[in-house]
Amino acid sequence: MSAPDRSLAQDDLAIERIRKDFPILSRRVRGKPLVYLDNAATTQKPVCVLDTLQRYYREENANIHRGVHYLSEHATEAYEGVRARLRDYLGAAESREIIFVRGATEAINLVAQSFARPRLGPGSEVLITEIEHHANIVPWQLVCEQSGARLRYLPINLRGELILDDLNTLLNENTVIAAIGHVSNALGTINPVQAICDRARAVGATILFDGAQAMAHSAVDVQALDCDFYAFSGHKVFGPTGIGVLYGRAALLEDMPPYQGGGDMIRSVSLKRSTWNDLPWKFEAGTPHIAGVIGLGAAIDYLADIGMDTVCQQEQRLLDYASETLQAIPGLRLIGTAADKTAIVSFVLQDIHPHDLGTVIDSEGVAIRAGHHCAMPIMEKFSLPATARASFAFYNTLEEVDRLVQAVQKCRRMFH
Amino acid sequence: MPQNVSLIPMDALQDLYQEMIVDHNRHPRNFGRLPEASHVLQGNNPLCGDQLTLYLRIDTEQVQDARFDGEGCAISVASASLMTDAVKGKSIPAAQQLFEQFHQLISGSQAQDSPDLGKLSALAGVRAYPSRVKCATLCWHTLRAALAGEADPVSTE
Repeated sequence: MSAPDRSLAQDDLAIERIRKDFPILSRRVRGKPLVYLDNAATTQKPVCVLDTLQRYYREENANIHRGVHYLSEHATEAYEGVRARLRDYLGAAESREIIFVRGATEAINLVAQSFARPRLGPGSEVLITEIEHHANIVPWQLVCEQSGARLRYLPINLRGELILDDLNTLLNENTVIAAIGHVSNALGTINPVQAICDRARAVGATILFDGAQAMAHSAVDVQALDCDFYAFSGHKVFGPTGIGVLYGRAALLEDMPPYQGGGDMIRSVSLKRSTWNDLPWKFEAGTPHIAGVIGLGAAIDYLADIGMDTVCQQEQRLLDYASETLQAIPGLRLIGTAADKTAIVSFVLQDIHPHDLGTVIDSEGVAIRAGHHCAMPIMEKFSLPATARASFAFYNTLEEVDRLVQAVQKCRRMFH
Repeated sequence: MPQNVSLIPMDALQDLYQEMIVDHNRHPRNFGRLPEASHVLQGNNPLCGDQLTLYLRIDTEQVQDARFDGEGCAISVASASLMTDAVKGKSIPAAQQLFEQFHQLISGSQAQDSPDLGKLSALAGVRAYPSRVKCATLCWHTLRAALAGEADPVSTE
């Protein structure tokens, strides 16, 4: 790479300032400054999220929706305020279309059981793809087994791109729901969600997008996209673990039975029968993760503050530089070379097993993931047991890419 | 040995991937099928994709020959290479005892320089890497199951 020009130097200064918002990024690991490149697994948390969580528990903790006291009213307001914030952030029409869940996994299970299961039976079909995370495979396998429906897979090519031509047959009048990942966690491929959505509409299929890997890297507008369901996890967008969001079109949610029973999701309970609360609470049984919701709100505010332009620009720099420098290492092969990618680089190095690679890279204070990335069918497609994966966020730097490259070279020297 | 992985000494990596391990990974001993095997058993580590098949020829209560094939990380290949070397010529009880000693070595309850273990002590370095212990033990669990006459594939998960 040539010497950075002036505008790049200014970008670097901005990133240095941003890094100060993330306390963990200044710690040392294995005696060296931490290089955190496992953002597809979970992202780090800015200090505003940490402060929000602590303030909630120290000063504001109370249960919501029930109390008549000051703290409860305050907590309810904060909790429902985040719902309204997310409605705006996602471009949803109404707040009641935002359901708080534990994460993308629970969101998909909710849709599989509550929306799809009553509509599925022998002769009907569910369409997913070969590129999915297990969270968007297993819930559909379960519901197809329960209902006798057929689960079909849209294949990928060897660059890690969906083969859209196959939609002509795979999406048909029997397709009840198509559930597609927005961005691949294992390969970084950004799927053409708009095109898929339009095709699903044309055959009358309902469409869900698993946005777990997309939300930290792109702006999502569910109405512009015209999807029916959109799922994501808070911890992959700089928020707390254990909280996530399901967006669902109100008309569909209205029509769905509750997913879990318990407190808060009912209007009335008698020994004979119960009646359900309105949306969105019908789907939020039990005391929810109130702190998580409020923390997620702080994370979304932070991300909006940074701005998607900054995020995308920095991630593109990181992706370009990492792809170029890693590929220059003899024997290194990138897995997943789609034209449209987020800053995820999956790779293998000659005959060195990814787990050995991961351990050696870790010894240099560089955190990457080695394994099948909860996407075993993708590994099967490429005939690999596993890959090493570096996944970036906007707070990563080109110097950190250099540290990764040096660690990979160290591994190469050790084993050859 | 430290339990906290963040306290791994700086030379732990060299300890893990010491010359003998790297050599046995690069040039695994006893690698390939054993057509005259009396016991054949598969071992899988589905989460990391390690797969091996262990072949034993047992005659008069003694391991006459041991071979393996499959694929896996350096630790799992080196461990299977060293293990097949070590059990050849051992009686079944002696091989079972070796399993126990190896298990103690890996779990940290046995001194590293136990004379019984010989070259197997080279694998003691995995104690500092809890996530890699199953790589070293896959072949051993497969051995124990094969000696017990089990037929179902072994999994360390």
